[in-house]
Amino acid sequence: MSERLWNILVDSFGKILLPGLTMTIPLTVIAFSFAMVIAIAVALVQYANIRVLKQIARFYIWVIRGTPLLVQLYVIFYGLPGVGIVLDPFPAAVIVFSINEGAYCAETMRAALESVPVGQLEAGYCVGMSYLQVMRRIVLPQAFRTAFPPLSNSLIAMVKDTSLAANITVMEMFMATQRIVASTYEPLALYVEVGLIYLLFSTVLTKVQRIGEKRLAHYGAQKE
Amino acid sequence: MLEVKNLRKRFGELEVLKGVSLSVNNGDVVAILGPSGSGKTTLLRCINFLETADGGELVLDGESFAPGKAKRSDIARFRRKTAFVFQNYNLFRNKTALQNVTEGLIVARKTPRARAEEIGRKMLEKVGLSDRADHYPSQLSGGQQQRVAIARALATDPEIILFDEPTSALDPELIGEVLAVMRQLAEEGMTMLVVTHELSFAKSVADQVVFMEAGQVVEAGPAGPFFMFPREERTRAFLRTISGESGEQPVDR
Ligand SMILES: Nc1ncnc2c1ncn2[C@@H]1O[C@H](COP(=O)(O)OP(=O)(O)OP(=O)(O)O)[C@@H](O)[C@H]1O
Ligand SMILES: [Mg+2]
Repeated sequence: MSERLWNILVDSFGKILLPGLTMTIPLTVIAFSFAMVIAIAVALVQYANIRVLKQIARFYIWVIRGTPLLVQLYVIFYGLPGVGIVLDPFPAAVIVFSINEGAYCAETMRAALESVPVGQLEAGYCVGMSYLQVMRRIVLPQAFRTAFPPLSNSLIAMVKDTSLAANITVMEMFMATQRIVASTYEPLALYVEVGLIYLLFSTVLTKVQRIGEKRLAHYGAQKE
Repeated sequence: MLEVKNLRKRFGELEVLKGVSLSVNNGDVVAILGPSGSGKTTLLRCINFLETADGGELVLDGESFAPGKAKRSDIARFRRKTAFVFQNYNLFRNKTALQNVTEGLIVARKTPRARAEEIGRKMLEKVGLSDRADHYPSQLSGGQQQRVAIARALATDPEIILFDEPTSALDPELIGEVLAVMRQLAEEGMTMLVVTHELSFAKSVADQVVFMEAGQVVEAGPAGPFFMFPREERTRAFLRTISGESGEQPVDR
C-alpha cells in the first residue's frame, strides 16, 4: 500500500467515524426508539383485537412493508415540499426510519405476543388480575423475551440502512465517505474502510445482544 | 358454599355440558371423576368464568351469579373467593417461585410487598419449597411447579380451590408429592373441587364424589357408599376401567 493511500485512510478514519457518532448512531437510536413505541402500540391493538384500530394497523403494515425504504425517504423529503411541508434532512430521516422500522417490529412483537400461551393469561385472571395488569406484568415481558433476538436483528439492520439517508442529504457516514472519495479518487479503499466501520458498529451490537440474551435467559424461557 | 345449578355449555354443535348441577359444602373435598372428554375441564372453567356458560347459575356464599350476565366486577368478586390449579401448572414463566405466589397479592390485592413476601414464603414452606423461592419455573420439576401453583392458589386465601387434574401432566414418581400437599390441605379443612383420575386419592380424601359422563352427572354422593356400592352400571364400568391405572400405590416395573 502506498504511503499516500495509507495517509488518506488514516486521515479519513476520523472524518468518517465522527459523522458515524454524531449522525448514524443518533439517527439509529432515536428512530429505533420511536419504532419500538409504534411497534408495541400497533402490535397491541391487533393482539387485543380492537376493531377499527386493527384495520388501520394492518393497512399501515401493508403499505410500509410493500414499498421500498428509499421511495419512502424520497416521498417525505422531496415529495412533501410539493404540498408545502418542508422538513430538514435529519428529522425527515427520523420520521421515515421510525415509521418504516415500526412496521417490521410490529410484526415481530405481534408474533411474540401470540406465542405467549393463553394459560399465562388465565392464570393471571385466576389470581385476580385484570386484563391490563396481566398484559403489563405477564404477557408483555414474556413477549419481549421472545422478540429480543429478532428485534436486535432489526436494530443491526437499521444501523446499516441509515446509509440510505445519504440520499436525502443527511451527512452520515456513507455520505461523508462519498465526499472524501470525490476529492481523493480512492473509492475502493475508502468504501471498504466505511464498510469496516459499519462492521465494527454491528459487532458491538451483536455483543450487546449476546449479553442481553444471557441476562434474559430464565425470563420467560420456553420450557414447560 | 358453592352451588352449581344446571350449567350448560356448547362449543358450536357440540353440547359439552348438558345441565350439570353439584354442590360443595364448606370444608368438603369433592372429587369429579369421568372419562376423557366428558366435560370435566369445561365444567371447572365455566365455574371460574374462564369460559362463559350458556345457561345455569352459580351460587357462592349465597350470592348468585349468572354466566353471561355477570359483569366484570361480579366475576372479579367471584374470583376473589376462588383459586384455580391447572393441569399444566401455568406458572408465570417470567417470575420466580416466590414472585408467582406474591403476584396476585401485590398486583390484584394491593398487599404491601413486604407483607406479600411474608405470606409467599409461608405458602412455599407449606408446600415444602422454601429453598426454591428464587427459582424460575424453567428451573423446577413438574411436581415442584405444581406445588408452587398450589402455593399461589393458597396465597390469596380462597374459600374454595378448583383443581383440574393437578397430577395428570406429571411423571409417576412426582405425583405423590403433589397429592401429599393436597391431602394436607384437605386435613386442614380447605374446601376443594378436584377433577382427578387418581382413584386412591379420591377414595381416601374426598368427602363427596361426582361421576360425569358425556356432559351429565351420572351419579353423585358421599365417597364411601359411592365406591362401595355404586348405583349406576356406567359408574361401575368406569371404576373397573380406571382402577388398576396408576395411583399413589407404588408402580411395579
Ligand atoms: N374451546 C373448545 N372448543 C371446542 N371444543 C372444546 C373446547 N374445549 C373443549 N372442547 C370439547 O369439549 C369436550 C369436553 O372437553 P373437556 O376438556 O371438558 O373434557 P374433560 O372431561 O376435561 O376430558 P379430559 O379427561 O381428557 O381432560 C371435548 O369433546 C372437547 O373436544
Ligand atoms: Mg380435562
